[in-house]
Amino acid sequence: MPTEILMPALSPTMEKGNLAKWLKKEGDPVKSGDVIAEIETDKATMEVEAVDEGTLGKILEPEGTNDVAVNTPIAMILADGEDASALKAAIPAAGPSEEPSRQQKGAESPPAERPEPAKKAAAPAPAPTGTAKPPAAALAPEPEVPEGTEFVTMTMREALRDAMAEEMRRDPDVFILGEEVAEYQGAYKVTQGLLQEFGARRVIDTPITEHGFAGVGIGAALDGLKPIVEFMTFNFAMQAMDQLINSAAKTRYMSGGQVQVSIVFRGPNGPASRVAAQHSQDYSAWYSHIPGLKVIAPSTAADAKGLLKAAIRDPNPVIFLENEILYGHSSPVPKLDDYVLPIGRARVVRSGNDVTIVAWSMGMTYALKAADELAQDNIEAEVIDLRTLKPMDTQTIVESLKKTGRVVTVEEGWKQSGVGAEIAASLMEEAFDYLDAPVMRVCGKDVPMPYAANLEKLALPSVAEVVEAARAVCYR
Amino acid sequence: MAKLEDRALAPNAQLNDDIGEETRLRMYRMQVEIREAEQRAFDLFLQNLVKGTSHLSLGQEAVAAGCAAAMKPGDLSFCTYRGHAHTLARGVPIEQVLGELMQRDNGLMRGKGGSMHLTSADHGIMGSYAIIGAHLPIACGAAWRAQYKGQKDVSVCFFGDGTTNIGAFHEALNLAAVWKLPVIFVCENNLYMEYTPIADVTAVKNPAADRAAAYGLPRIVIDGNDADIVYRTASEAYDKARAGDGPSLIECLTYRHSGHSRADPAKYRPEGELERWKERDPIKIYRERLRQFGVSDDVIVAIETEAKRKVDEATEKCKAAPMPPAEILTTDVYADGGFAWRN
Repeated sequence: MPTEILMPALSPTMEKGNLAKWLKKEGDPVKSGDVIAEIETDKATMEVEAVDEGTLGKILEPEGTNDVAVNTPIAMILADGEDASALKAAIPAAGPSEEPSRQQKGAESPPAERPEPAKKAAAPAPAPTGTAKPPAAALAPEPEVPEGTEFVTMTMREALRDAMAEEMRRDPDVFILGEEVAEYQGAYKVTQGLLQEFGARRVIDTPITEHGFAGVGIGAALDGLKPIVEFMTFNFAMQAMDQLINSAAKTRYMSGGQVQVSIVFRGPNGPASRVAAQHSQDYSAWYSHIPGLKVIAPSTAADAKGLLKAAIRDPNPVIFLENEILYGHSSPVPKLDDYVLPIGRARVVRSGNDVTIVAWSMGMTYALKAADELAQDNIEAEVIDLRTLKPMDTQTIVESLKKTGRVVTVEEGWKQSGVGAEIAASLMEEAFDYLDAPVMRVCGKDVPMPYAANLEKLALPSVAEVVEAARAVCYR
Repeated sequence: MAKLEDRALAPNAQLNDDIGEETRLRMYRMQVEIREAEQRAFDLFLQNLVKGTSHLSLGQEAVAAGCAAAMKPGDLSFCTYRGHAHTLARGVPIEQVLGELMQRDNGLMRGKGGSMHLTSADHGIMGSYAIIGAHLPIACGAAWRAQYKGQKDVSVCFFGDGTTNIGAFHEALNLAAVWKLPVIFVCENNLYMEYTPIADVTAVKNPAADRAAAYGLPRIVIDGNDADIVYRTASEAYDKARAGDGPSLIECLTYRHSGHSRADPAKYRPEGELERWKERDPIKIYRERLRQFGVSDDVIVAIETEAKRKVDEATEKCKAAPMPPAEILTTDVYADGGFAWRN
C-alpha cells in the first residue's frame, strides 16, 4: 500500500503553504530523513523530510503550487516491491485528509466590510459628578471612503506592516523595537521589510528583556519620540507589566500633566493553537482595567491598519492587541493614501433585530458564524465589533440593545471580571429598561489553557455556545 | 560592613582648585538647602502637616549636590521615591517640593504625585519612580532618544543599593552597554536595603561596582559624602557619555542618618554606627573644605542663614496654600486632559 506524504504544518497556526521546490523527482529512491521538498509560508521556509523508505511514486502537488492546505497529500511513496499501478487505487481526492483544526475553519475572509459612512460626533462630555455616568470622549467622525475607492485584499499581517511603514515614512520620530523585529523580520513576520526600508537605526532588535525594552520605549517617548514596542506575544508582556501600568499609564497623571508617554505596545494576544497555558491567554480585560491606557483589538485587516495608524499618532499609551490566528486572515482594505480610523468607535458589522452579539478580535469569528447559523432559524443577530476596548463605545451597544432587547458577548478570555462582565454591567446601568433578557456571556472556560487539541477546543468559546446563548436570550 | 565603612572613611581627596570657588559655594548651598528642607519635612510630619510617606536623604546630600552641579542645563535626572534631594539640587523651588509633600495646590504636581513621584520637567527632573528598578530602563530610553536625535544631553539615574538585586538593574545595564547610551547610573549605597544590611543579601561586597564588569564597565566606588569627589567623578562620566563613549556606573558610599521612611526609627543599626557616620557628615566635611580654601565664616554662615530663611518662607507659603481643588481629580489621565474611559 503506497504511503501518503501530507503537507506538514510548520507551526500550530499554519493553515496553508506553498510548495516551493521538489528535491526528488518521481521514481527517485527515498529513505527516511531525506529532504524531499521545500515548503514556505509567509513566516518561514522549511524542508520536508521523508519518514518512510521506498520510491517517490507520484508527486500530487507540483512545484510552485501555492496555498496548499495543511494535511493535503502532496506525494505518494511506494514501498519496496510496489509499482506504479498501486498508486491508482490509492490516490486520494483533493483536499485536506482530516478535519482541519479550529483556526482553519475560520480561515476564509470574513464578510466584506466597508467602513460605515460618517456619523455625527458624540455630544461633548458632561462634567464628572460623583457616581454619575462617566463622561464620553468626543469622537472624530469615521472617515468616509469615497465612492469608487479600490479595495485591496490583504492579510492582517500585511495591513499592520503597512500601517507601521506608512507612519514611519510620515514621521521620523516613529521607530520600532522588540525581539526579532529587525533581522528576523518579526517572530510572526509583522515587521517584514521594515529593516530594509528604514534601517537598523529605526528598526531595533532588543535582547530578551521585556521590562528593559518596554522601559526604553517609555523613556524615549518622554521627550517626544513615538515608539512602537513589539512584544513577541502579550504573554511575555507580563514581564513588563510594571512598566506598562506603573510607568506608561500613570506618568501623565502623577506628574500633574507635565510628562506624556506617546507609545504603542503591540503584539499577538490571546490563545493561539496547541501552545498550552503560558502562551495562550487573552489580556483584553487586564489592560482595559487601567486608567491612562487605551486598548485596541481589531478583527479585520482594514481596522488593523486604520487603528494602528491612529494608535501611533495618539499621544497616550496604547495597548494594541493583535491575534496570531487572525494574522493570516485576509480581508479588503481601502486603497487610500492615509486611512486612519478613530479610536473608541465600535462598528455594526451585521445588522439584525432579534439579538445583539458583541465581540472583538478573534471573538468576531465565532460571532459572525453564529449569526449565520441563527439566520437559518430566522433569528437575525446584529453583530457589533467593539474594535476598541478602552475607551469603550457603549453608546453603539446601547443603540443596538434598544432595537433587539437582548445582548450576548463573546470573548476568549475568562468570565470573571472580563470585558463581557463590563458590558453587562454597563448595560444594566445605562439601559436596564431596554433589556428583555439577562445579558449572556460566552467566554473561555475558567481553566489554564490545556495543550491537547480536544481539550483546548473545549476550553475556548464555540460557535455552538454563541448560538445557544443567543437562543436562550431570545427564549427560542 | 566594617570594611565598607572603612572605605568611606578614607582620607579626603587632595585639595586642589580644579572645581573653583563658585561651584564649591553652589554645592555647599545645595547641600545646606536640601538638609534644611528635609529636616523641615521631618518636622512637618511630627506636626501632622505632611501626612504621606516620605523617604529622606539626610546624610546623602553630597551625592545629589555633586551630581547636579556637574550637570548641564538639559541633562535629565531620574529619581526614586527618595528623590527630594535630587529634585532640589536641580533648582526646583523649595516651596513646590514642600507644597507637594503637604498635599497643597502649590505643589509641583498639585498634590497628584506626592513625595515619591516628584517631577519637574522644566528642571530636567523627568520623574521619581517608586517601584524599584523601573526607572533604570526608562533612563536608558531617554538616553536612547538623545543618541537617536543627535542631542547632547545625558540622563542620570539615581537609585539605592537595594536596586542592584532586581532584574531591571541588570536589564538596563546591559542595554546601556550594548547600545553605548549616554546614561549614568548612580548607586547611593547607604548600606541598608530598607531595614536589612545590603551586605546580608548580596553576593558581592560592593553591590553596584562589583557587577560593573559583567557589563564591560569599569569598577567605580567613591566616597559619596564628599561632594568634590562626587562632582569630579560625575563630570568625567558625563563627558564620557557626551563623547559617545557610553554609560558609567558609579557607586557612592554614603549613609542615611534617618530611617528608611518616616515610619522607621532605624533601631536595627549597630550601636555607634550612626555616630561614626555623623563624623563624616557631608555638610560638616564641606564646611571644613570651604574653610581650607579660605572661604570666610561670614560667607558660610550667610549661606546657612539664607537656607533657613528660604525654608521658613516656603513653609509659611505652603501652610497658607489651599488643598488641590476637587475638579483636578479627573484631569490629566489622558492627553485630552480628561479621564474618559467610555465613548
